[in-house]
Amino acid sequence: MADALHGKDAVFEAHAQNTAIAALRAAHPEAVTDAKFDRDELTLIVDSGLIRTVCRTLQLAGYNFLEDVTCVDWYPLEPRFQVTYHILSHRLKERVRLHVRVGSDDPSVDSITSIWPSANYYEREVWDLFGVRFHGHPWLRRIMMPEEWEGHPLRKDYPVEGYR
Amino acid sequence: MGNLPEFVATSTLITPRPEEGSKDRTMVLNMGPQHPSTHGVLRLVIEIDGETVIRVVPDIGYLHTGIEKTCEAKFYQQVVPMTDRIDYLCPMTNNLAYCLAVEKLLQLEIPDRAQWMRVLLNELTRLNSHLVWLGTHAMDIGALTVFLYTFREREEILRIFENISGQRMMTSYFRVGGLALESTLDFFDRVQALVKILPEKIDEYENLLTGNPIFFNRLKGVGHLSAEDAIALGVTGPPLRASGVDWDLRRDMPYSGYDKFKFNVPVSNDCDVWARYIVRIQEMRESVKICQQALDGMPEGDIKANAPKVVLPDREKMKTQMESLIYHFKIVTEGFQVPAGEVYQGVESPRGEMGYYVVSDGTAKPYRVHMRNPSFATLQALETMCKGKLIADVVAVIGSIDIVLGEIDR
Repeated sequence: MADALHGKDAVFEAHAQNTAIAALRAAHPEAVTDAKFDRDELTLIVDSGLIRTVCRTLQLAGYNFLEDVTCVDWYPLEPRFQVTYHILSHRLKERVRLHVRVGSDDPSVDSITSIWPSANYYEREVWDLFGVRFHGHPWLRRIMMPEEWEGHPLRKDYPVEGYR
Repeated sequence: MGNLPEFVATSTLITPRPEEGSKDRTMVLNMGPQHPSTHGVLRLVIEIDGETVIRVVPDIGYLHTGIEKTCEAKFYQQVVPMTDRIDYLCPMTNNLAYCLAVEKLLQLEIPDRAQWMRVLLNELTRLNSHLVWLGTHAMDIGALTVFLYTFREREEILRIFENISGQRMMTSYFRVGGLALESTLDFFDRVQALVKILPEKIDEYENLLTGNPIFFNRLKGVGHLSAEDAIALGVTGPPLRASGVDWDLRRDMPYSGYDKFKFNVPVSNDCDVWARYIVRIQEMRESVKICQQALDGMPEGDIKANAPKVVLPDREKMKTQMESLIYHFKIVTEGFQVPAGEVYQGVESPRGEMGYYVVSDGTAKPYRVHMRNPSFATLQALETMCKGKLIADVVAVIGSIDIVLGEIDR
């Protein structure tokens, strides 16, 4: 297995033929702020305001299937939340991962439900368990926890055994 | 937004917030959480106009136990039993997805025998899960007999699991780096005997159902889901293939040596509940073929990777060699450290794409484990499949997506 590649320029140079990179380079080179190619998986770190544009560009480039939206809490680092998208192409048999970093001060990011309706439940789950809001989501409400629950359990500052 | 068109929320596929005062003509019906056909604790809020379904709003989370949070507080190896408990019908598939993800982080080489054993056990798990689905799905429709037939064969699969792992359902048999134990002496004979009789047993189920006009009329044309909607709503597995999308992770993104096996991927263009039934029945036949290939070509060799810092030593070595004893002690008390990084590993579970996203920060406990569950995404398609149809068909549609609430709620 090849060594990990870090940095936008290095990854873009080494994988210039990759469909996702080629499409983004042609349409929105400024949207990708950093990139990583590690353990045969491509990760692109995307500017938080441009996630919808990037997703749409990838969709048009053949990445037709949204597999997953989730989040990682890097507390106490800032920007604290890393919203992660896994997007698959049935035709190319390739997967690309997008990261969006969101700060802890009113954490929010644009919803991609208008591009992939399947993001509906995933975004509700991220809102419920991490407290990251999604702008433009049609009906953002808790999905796992009860409606009146306080706090977001998967945050790192939320104790594993809960508040007693 | 640059030169792209402004996107409007595609509300046709997503349930919007209900409008106030729009319920004059309609009735809201509460189905579940305790309902025999919801296979667990799924609550559906169904709005009906006469007998026609207008909206279906699933309410989930009754089984939420915070497994993802618990995983963050455990060593990597201790997460394996957690993965069993997500989807209790296919524990081995979950084990496999998680172990493959951690092995990818560790960049471990898994010996051939372990890989083949994993494939064999995964296909048995698929048969197990499909047998439960077939029995309960037919029972929901009203064909009670099939349940007794399928559980007879399922019982034998569970006995085989007990034989090899000591547990019938929560097997926890896979380890990071291989398998827990060498197989028992009569394991292969029992699997061979089962694999030999299964094709005619599947014929038997089909004799009861496929040609049955009541069953056929109950399923045909019900729960239509087009290929575009299926992809837009994140549907995977048999429902996706029944909508005409030829996609199977085992063939298209092979893992654990699946590229060495020959099998067909059944696809149907009918897009209805009947098509999902046919696809799953054919999948069972393909699984039997894979099991037979695994039995015939089972390589000799180790069942654990050669990585003393990760894999527990054999019991005998641990008792006789100082070095092994030290490794054993260190792995049990401190776990093993996994290099920092993140991986996503998807496998084809009986219900669709089961994916594990594991983030490591370099310590002995995972920083984040996220499970991408097939049923969770497929549940979103429920409304699209039921809208405008009769309320009596909702039960058939739920059965056809083979829902497991344990993995939805986690």
